[in-house]
Parts: sequence; C-alpha cells; structure tokens
Amino acid sequence: MNLALKAAVVVFPGANCDRDLACALKAAGAQVSMVWHKDTDLPAGLDLVALPGGFSFGDYLRCGAIAARAPVMRAVADFAARGGHVLGICNGFQVLVETGLLPGALMRNAGLKFVCRAVALEVGGESAFTRSYARGARIRLPVAHHDGCYIAPPETLAALRDEDRVAFRYAQGDNPNGSMDAIAGVLSANRRVLGMMPHPERAADPALGNTDGAALFSGLAGLALTAPC
Amino acid sequence: MKARVTVTLKPGVLDPQGAAIAQALHALGFAGVQGARQGKLIELDLDGDDPAQARAQVTAMCEKLLANTVIETYAVEIV
Repeated sequence: MNLALKAAVVVFPGANCDRDLACALKAAGAQVSMVWHKDTDLPAGLDLVALPGGFSFGDYLRCGAIAARAPVMRAVADFAARGGHVLGICNGFQVLVETGLLPGALMRNAGLKFVCRAVALEVGGESAFTRSYARGARIRLPVAHHDGCYIAPPETLAALRDEDRVAFRYAQGDNPNGSMDAIAGVLSANRRVLGMMPHPERAADPALGNTDGAALFSGLAGLALTAPC
Repeated sequence: MKARVTVTLKPGVLDPQGAAIAQALHALGFAGVQGARQGKLIELDLDGDDPAQARAQVTAMCEKLLANTVIETYAVEIV
C-alpha cells in the first residue's frame, strides 16, 4: 500500500502558483501530477485535486469564469461529486465558485486596489484541510488579489456559520477586501471542497520566512490513508 | 445577425466600481448623480436569421457563461 498522498495540480493558461503549490504538496510527502486544463480525465486513484492561484485566461469576463468551463473541470466536478477533496487557492477559489462547487461569489476588492500583503487569519471549519491547526488558531498568510471580496446571500452566510464551514476568517480589523463575515475560505457542505483567497503555498517553507501554511498540506497528507475517489 | 448582451450586478450587490464612478462625477461637479452602477456589454455575431432561435441561444449562453447569476442579471437584445 502506497502511503503517499496522490495529488493533481491543474494548470490553466495564466496560472502562476501551480509549481509553488506542487512544491508545497511534495514537501508534505505528496506525489503530485500536473494536469493540463484541456485534459478530460484526471489520473486514477487521486486523493486531492488542487487548483492554483494566478490569472487564468487573463481574468477575462470574470475571474475564473473561463477556467471553470475548461474541459478538465468536468472531471474535477465528477471527482468532487464522488467525495474527492478539492482545494482552490486564490484564482482556484474563484474557479470553484464559478463552477458552483462552492457557494457565493468573489468580487472586486472593496478598496478597488490589488492587495498584496500578509494578513492575520483565524482557523475554523473542521476539515481535512484544517485538522493540523488548533481550532481558532491565529495564523498569518499572504494574500495577493484584486477580486477577493466574498459575497453570498444572507441565507448562505447563515448556513456557512451554522454548519461551521468558514475554514478561514480574516482576523478582526484585517479584512483586506471587504468580504462579508470576513470570510477568507469556505468549505462545501460535505467539507471536502475548500476555496481560500490566502496563499498557504507561499508560506510553507522556512526559506520564505513564514511556515504558517505548511500545516494545511501536512494535514492533507492524512488523506492518503483513506480510499481514493 | 447580432445580439447585444448587457450584464449588470443585481440590485443590492455592492458595486465599489460604480460607487467610485459616482464619487468621481461628484468631484467633477455633477452633483445630481445619485448613484452609478457599472456593468458590461457583450456583442455577438451569430449565424442564422431566426430572432427567436437566436434569443434562446444567447439566453443559454448567458446562463452558462456570460453572466454569473449568483450576482449578475442580463438582458438580451437581438439587433
């Protein structure tokens, strides 16, 4: 039995965090394959599909809108429907809301500026992604986005709160984009799809000056022990 | 045949770009501007000459790609 996490990182034209994401997953012990956006199938026996940050298709039409309709996303949606774990970071989060795998939408930052800095976050939302963090832990991760303002109808926000599906929340006074309820990352109803604007892969190596993101990837390594989807 | 699709944010959805436009217009002395909303216009060149069919097709395009119906509404005009 192979105990390494089997992960695929989807590469869209304009993605720029795909290799960083693969590095962070490999550092946590994962076997990583890169999957091209035109592929119609995912490798067999995957534990995780990861959608990277960047500017897929130049952010044309709406951030993530074109990537969400790429051929590979049908396979990703099927994988999620089978109970597979999917992680979308930054532009990957935008792709996940555009596909409908996560609720809500990500809009232009309230301050209209591209924000690139580290923000303080609170960890919540019981999941494979957050299990290596203490509940309520305060961490710092970089954000780098122009369209990260999370919005959702009041009933969706209430469900996210009541079902403990806010995996990451901007700490009080550190909401960089005007997101409703200071939401930085949300889980799907089955808790297996996570979208988040902050970049854990940019804070997962001591050489980068911050390792607060490493626990997300080490937590995912435990998925290798479960049956692949 | 051409179609013109106007995509706008739903009422109530915060539009910081529209707010910035209104603010800039006020700064230019257009005091009568009560608010501004920014949207987008998409023009399509289409095969065929049946307006009803074109409208149905463009509506499907809006639902599938051109608008994010979580936050946006759209209007289709066949010209």
